[in-house]
Amino acid sequence: MDSKMQQHGLLGSESDSQRTLYPYVTGTSVVALKYKDGILMAADMGGSYGSTLRYKTVERMKAIGKHSLLGASGEISDFQEILRYLDELILYDNMWDDGNSLGPKEVHNYLTRVMYNRRNKFNPLWNSLVLGGVKNGQKYLGMVSMIGVNFEDNHVATGFGNHLARPILRDEWHENLSFEDGVKLLEKCMRVLLYRDRSAVNKLQIAKITEEGVTISPPYSLKTFWGFSAFHNPTVGAEGSW
Amino acid sequence: MYVANRASDKITQLTDNVYVCRSGSAADSQVVSDYVRYFLHQHTIQLGQPATVKVAANLVRSLSYNNKDMLQTGLIVGGWDKYEGGKIYGIPLGGTIIEQPFTIGGSGSSYLYGFFDQAWKEGMTKEEAEQLVVKAVSLAIARDGASGGVVRTVIINSEGVTRNFYPGDTLPLWHEELEPQNSLLDILNTSSPEPMNM
Repeated sequence: MDSKMQQHGLLGSESDSQRTLYPYVTGTSVVALKYKDGILMAADMGGSYGSTLRYKTVERMKAIGKHSLLGASGEISDFQEILRYLDELILYDNMWDDGNSLGPKEVHNYLTRVMYNRRNKFNPLWNSLVLGGVKNGQKYLGMVSMIGVNFEDNHVATGFGNHLARPILRDEWHENLSFEDGVKLLEKCMRVLLYRDRSAVNKLQIAKITEEGVTISPPYSLKTFWGFSAFHNPTVGAEGSW
Repeated sequence: MYVANRASDKITQLTDNVYVCRSGSAADSQVVSDYVRYFLHQHTIQLGQPATVKVAANLVRSLSYNNKDMLQTGLIVGGWDKYEGGKIYGIPLGGTIIEQPFTIGGSGSSYLYGFFDQAWKEGMTKEEAEQLVVKAVSLAIARDGASGGVVRTVIINSEGVTRNFYPGDTLPLWHEELEPQNSLLDILNTSSPEPMNM
């Protein structure tokens, strides 16, 4: 990683502001959808270091306050720092002791401002964040990218999930999914990601947030299928092919 | 590439009960250790009791994260405190902090992922664990040009701290490594007195 020595000399001296960096330990896709009672979110527990699947116990989804759930992909150290910022935000909110508490909309807005302002200083937090929650019966699911692009939708995904999971969700998501159907749908997405994303790791968690609160499942692994006849002898009749 | 120090000590003390394993840039890891030792010293005085491993690790994380554009060092903070017992925190490049039951780092660690996936088990004894790490480092030395010389271990538990030293010539031999000899002449003299086929 010695390219950090080449500081881009656009502003002359190297002792001035930080420049855009590059990520070191990264998490891959987060996938989330709205269902009948709230939001379901899934993420694997991998922390990749380049092409090495280095860490396999990274929790990439965390509860924020009473009403929100945050999932992150990208640089893990930046996600950990965001959690520290949110800790302080929630603490100050609690200290008002006014019966009010920050909901998912507010947290999403706060994160958007943080991400966008860092982007403007050319020093981004290298994450794609998924923020889901329920407050007063209202379900909320939004996303913020490292450049501050933010939006809400009925289903969101980061990274590879955008390319592999969202088409599945566009096809099969519908209003008022049951918990079981929602989980099965997320697992379908996560399985495809496991097959087709180099950085995916077969150990994942699914989190649920409803009006009652947040539950994050214990880590578990998905079964995979390799028994296609085409996989057994792919080069029969065409030696040298694959 | 020149070997500046063939017997360096990469395990540095932060407090009586917390040590840090340094990798990457020696200068960077030394200066981070120095700052953390300084902060922990003051923290201990203020707290009135030994610092916890978690606090030490988070100080290291804080320096690593906030100076991520300048530092190039991977660190492992390990120690024992009365609240959580033995704990290990990995702090790779970038300043991520991750608590693990075991961890590896440094350039030679690339060759040890498979080894540990197979050989590490929950609940090893002190002796088993020390043998494992010595074996691991010696395997890394066998394949990593940037590793070599000696193996140093530090054991930290409720009873205290023990340092051990294993010189390079006492380590096990691996594939295509031969028993070291003083001279060819010794080999020739021990074998039968027949002329060599050249």
